[in-house]
Amino acid sequence: MSAPAAAPRLSTLTSGRLPQGMPWILLAFAMFISGVVFALVNTTGDPAQFNIAGTLVLGMVIYLVAITVVSSIAESRRHATDRLMTALVAGAFVLALVPLVSVLYTVVVEGFARMDGEFFSFSMRNIVGAGGGAVHAIWGTVLITLTATVISVPIGIMTAIYLVEYGRGKVAKTITFLVDVMTGIPSIVAGLFIYAVFSLFIKPGISFGFMGALALTVLMIPVVVRGTEEMLRIVPNELREAAYALGVPRWLTILKVVLPTAIAGITTTVMLAISRVIGETAPLVLTAGITPNLNVNLFDDPMMTLPVFAFFSYDQPGVDVQAYLDRAWAAALTLILIVMVLNLGARLIAKIFAPKMTGR
Amino acid sequence: MTTTMTEPEAPPAEPGTPPKAVKRLGDRIFSGTALGSGLVILVTLAAVALFLVIQSLPAFQADTSDNNILKGESFWTWVGPIVFGTVWAAAIALVIATPIALGIALFISHYAPRKLAGVIGYVIDLLAAVPSVVFGLWGALTFAPVLVPFYRWLNENLGWIPLFAVDDGTATSGSGKTILTAGLVLAVMILPIMTAICREIFLQTPKLHEEAALALGATRWEMIRMAVLPFARSGIVSAAMLGLGRALGETMAVAMVLAPSSLVTFQLLSTVNPSTIPATIALRFPEAHGDGTATLVAAGLILFIVTFAVNFLARWIVARRAEFSGAN
Repeated sequence: MSAPAAAPRLSTLTSGRLPQGMPWILLAFAMFISGVVFALVNTTGDPAQFNIAGTLVLGMVIYLVAITVVSSIAESRRHATDRLMTALVAGAFVLALVPLVSVLYTVVVEGFARMDGEFFSFSMRNIVGAGGGAVHAIWGTVLITLTATVISVPIGIMTAIYLVEYGRGKVAKTITFLVDVMTGIPSIVAGLFIYAVFSLFIKPGISFGFMGALALTVLMIPVVVRGTEEMLRIVPNELREAAYALGVPRWLTILKVVLPTAIAGITTTVMLAISRVIGETAPLVLTAGITPNLNVNLFDDPMMTLPVFAFFSYDQPGVDVQAYLDRAWAAALTLILIVMVLNLGARLIAKIFAPKMTGR
Repeated sequence: MTTTMTEPEAPPAEPGTPPKAVKRLGDRIFSGTALGSGLVILVTLAAVALFLVIQSLPAFQADTSDNNILKGESFWTWVGPIVFGTVWAAAIALVIATPIALGIALFISHYAPRKLAGVIGYVIDLLAAVPSVVFGLWGALTFAPVLVPFYRWLNENLGWIPLFAVDDGTATSGSGKTILTAGLVLAVMILPIMTAICREIFLQTPKLHEEAALALGATRWEMIRMAVLPFARSGIVSAAMLGLGRALGETMAVAMVLAPSSLVTFQLLSTVNPSTIPATIALRFPEAHGDGTATLVAAGLILFIVTFAVNFLARWIVARRAEFSGAN
């Protein structure tokens, strides 16, 4: 610590301030006191009964009081407020990490029980109780998400091109605004919408895979539009102007200059959009339906998907509840793995293929 | 190229009007497709409203005795409690999430070292990527049991506050599956979007304002209170409203934590809890048929209108700030 070394030449600039490491020492001290309190309260003497959450919360409260009091004595009231707010802001961040770590930890631990060969090679056809797998759900998720991507990516990218390259005036403004509003459509409303359309035109109560894909499309388009728009806007205008100056038509400029420059960013956007919709549950319950069978025909019969599989296993367990919960956790883990791979892949692509903005 | 060569032949229009650009076939096709895609979005939104209205009409009949969701009740007495539940759960989530989101956003924008800030931003985005069904599983099977002793403690020590009182008997929920748990899970789920928007706006505070405050001897918190927060006020409001929109429409977390019910109570810890519109739709859809389905669609229409209004308002507040674009 530099405080003792600095002490001999005490200057007016640093006087009236707490030494640098002081807050950390206070924090450790507060946690220690809190730990002692809870150890004394823990009359069972069993270390497993030790209340960790309680210790951290009480420790934080003690620290907040201590740092405020110490700082208002050694420094001033204003500095005390500053230190209190610093502690609160940092505390908010730590607090947000708790659920994230807890979710990931639980899913990995609970899901690992059923991450076996059977889970990835069996469907739920004729299975009651233990065993069985989610191969039908995995197929369904892959097919439905792929279809949704194939439909929404061209529409999304063309809309973004319109907004950035062509759109002027009222129409463009309205579309931008509605895209923003569309991002806020509750996913279950998208499912109800597709259900309403198909039950009106085909027959009530119908459900098949393509309906699910359409519901996901409604949710996916605005995400693709927003992301692509952002990417097209950072393409330097000099590139476009250089192309125009050479007499290249506008559409060729977009096709050969603008899109290739932004392609890494657009790929990232699309992958993030996929990872956003692949976990959607509610719209698929209403549109793609629920089935224990493997079905790879998008246009006939219900189709199971991973999130619906997890939800259904939890919500309607059979006789052996634990077997159903194990499968639900395994499906959740599979889903998280897919989403994480998509996310990390997207970031990686963005980083590696990002257009160099300097040194032109 | 040839088109460009022939262009000079076109006589320049009257002085004062700009010369007309040449319209190539490729250009026309391309801009037409682009505009068409844009219009698809307009049409979709209109179609959502239209089809929901058409399909929900049977729910409003006077005689609902053969409606297997309403069972003779009128639609409005059925939908009232779940509208209350939707708003109540979202309000709980918002009250919990707003201060935390502000804290995280400030931490990223003004407290954390530059290098760390990027990593933290990524971690928060990761929270947004976790599928809602996973949050539901976690909330119902892991989080709720952990909260049981805490709820008991709250009830015993703060039971005189009506929110923490329990009507039926003396015990708080033994499974921990209460509306407060649902609200907490919802709060975790709306944190990322609120944090992202707040962070975006905090970072846009004019550097000169901040430096001026610091130069006058303000501490970091005083600088934030005097320069950052006033500048960001409208952004914070719209972030909160977007979070509210998300919480209103979130289905799985509530559907998996709470059982369907039609109860109106402000008690947070009781065994019986209000339910929400999306959760009710998801849980009762498989059993519904005929007019029952129409009833659920009508509930969805109400949800659509409410979230549309909330989002509309939020975006309008953001759109008034022309310089701000990165809302998502």
